[in-house]
Amino acid sequence: MNKIKTIIRKEWAEVFKKRMVLFTVIFLPLFLSVLPLIILYGMGGSSTATSTSGVPGQLQQFCKTSMTAGECMQYYIVSAFLIMFMLIPLFIPVNIAAYSIVGEKTTHSLEPLLATPITTGELLAGKNLASVIPAVIATWAGFGIFAVGSLIITRGGALASALLDPMWMIAIFLAGPLLAVLSVNFSIMVSSRVNDPRVAEQLSAVVILPLMAVFFGQIAGLFILNSTLVLVICLVLIMLDALMIYLAVRLFQRETILTRWK
Amino acid sequence: MIKTENLSKKFNTTLAVDNLNLQVDEGEVFGFLGPNGAGKTTTVRMLTSLIGPTSGTAIVNGLRIGHQDTEIRRTVGILTETPGMYDNLSAEFNLEIYANLYEVKDPKGQVEKYLRMLGLWDRRQDEAGTFSKGMKQKLAICRALLHEPRILFLDEPTAALDPEASHLVHDFITELRKEGRTIFLCTHNLDEADRLCDRIAVFKTHLLVVDTPSNLRSQLFGRRVVFHLANSNETIATSIRSLPFVREAKVVENKLLVNIDDPETHNPEIIRILVGNGADIQFVGELRHSLEDVYLQLVKNA
Repeated sequence: MNKIKTIIRKEWAEVFKKRMVLFTVIFLPLFLSVLPLIILYGMGGSSTATSTSGVPGQLQQFCKTSMTAGECMQYYIVSAFLIMFMLIPLFIPVNIAAYSIVGEKTTHSLEPLLATPITTGELLAGKNLASVIPAVIATWAGFGIFAVGSLIITRGGALASALLDPMWMIAIFLAGPLLAVLSVNFSIMVSSRVNDPRVAEQLSAVVILPLMAVFFGQIAGLFILNSTLVLVICLVLIMLDALMIYLAVRLFQRETILTRWK
Repeated sequence: MIKTENLSKKFNTTLAVDNLNLQVDEGEVFGFLGPNGAGKTTTVRMLTSLIGPTSGTAIVNGLRIGHQDTEIRRTVGILTETPGMYDNLSAEFNLEIYANLYEVKDPKGQVEKYLRMLGLWDRRQDEAGTFSKGMKQKLAICRALLHEPRILFLDEPTAALDPEASHLVHDFITELRKEGRTIFLCTHNLDEADRLCDRIAVFKTHLLVVDTPSNLRSQLFGRRVVFHLANSNETIATSIRSLPFVREAKVVENKLLVNIDDPETHNPEIIRILVGNGADIQFVGELRHSLEDVYLQLVKNA
């Protein structure tokens, strides 16, 4: 456990000196939590209609019975942004892992590190946690800002309770960490097979594609996210995470990395 | 301390190390010489359990590679060919990380001990990236020693260092030897190997030879005695060349250079013949063949 802690301390000390990483960890959650709040605030005036009869049929399925037409529209738009909110646990680990793993190659520090009695499991656990923890904290902090802000803006009305319903709690507090684990292990897997940190970062970024599919799928009305669907997604993520961890450990071959990384 | 048995390593179709058999004794400074691409680094990586052999085995500090790898890594120190540090972390923090990974009982104490020993204590808070090559190399040596390994693998420890920094590293290796540590030294610097090593191995995919530097010189060239003569000439050289114990004799300016195996026994006879032939001997001395001569001869013949 001490070795894992040491790796985490080292990673954080190193990686948070990179401005790009710091910018991503701070700016992305801020942007994605403040933007829906601005929209909520900006649409405040249109929430006075009392009936949802004026809302297009496709959007009506989003509306809860106690919502006004305006609130329903707000809910629809902000819901779409909340899916984008899940970018945080996907994107931050990719950014950190690209430096923390392939970055070892550019500084030639991997060989001395692998020469220590650290096991592959301990090393990858340290690297994983060093990337996952900041991503989860940033996601939760961002969501905290959004939750408080939306409660203030909507004065705790029906919209607020809809926006903070169990579906989003599951998404943020369960799917978020699972997405972060998926993202970082995918990055580890990619970085075990490429030679350039930028290539690793770019290839790893493909993990955001399924999220984009969910985002556009809901906009196109192909499906509507609800608690059950989010739970199913979480189950799939658990399986994917297990697969990714297995593959990341399998592909992190000390010998291949030492002899291929020039 | 180190024993290899038919140790081999193949990368796809390339044979990097071929049936290496050698033994390094405790407290010995063992030089491992060879041209670029000879397989020296691959050998060090196998002996430090960083990579596995394709066939054969090795015992390092009583532990078998491929079976007790974590234990081996715990008990050996390695200075890698390119000693990467975490450049934007302080020298002290760099070492603390490794002290913790090596499970050192008093990490801060050990870090201080080696930073002071190598003259880096005053720069401990500076980022490693601000260090010169020599200072980084010293920092990497500190890192390799934090856990007090009994066996130390040094891969090109003075490569790209200026003479002053090299001298400091040489002195430090001498100190480590006095402490009874076993040192496996990979180097291209033949003068360094000559001065520091008890024995050397010349290696080019397979082992060419292992012996002490002086034995290698004698085996390959014999010993060379120089006779400074006031009146040297080819006739004198011919008379000396005809002696059965003389390997080679040649005249260079006013010097007669004679290669023989046992100067203590045969010099008096040579001197008698020279005097008998009317040579005026000004003085007699022994010329050492450089290790470079030995190395080039061996590698050329390989």
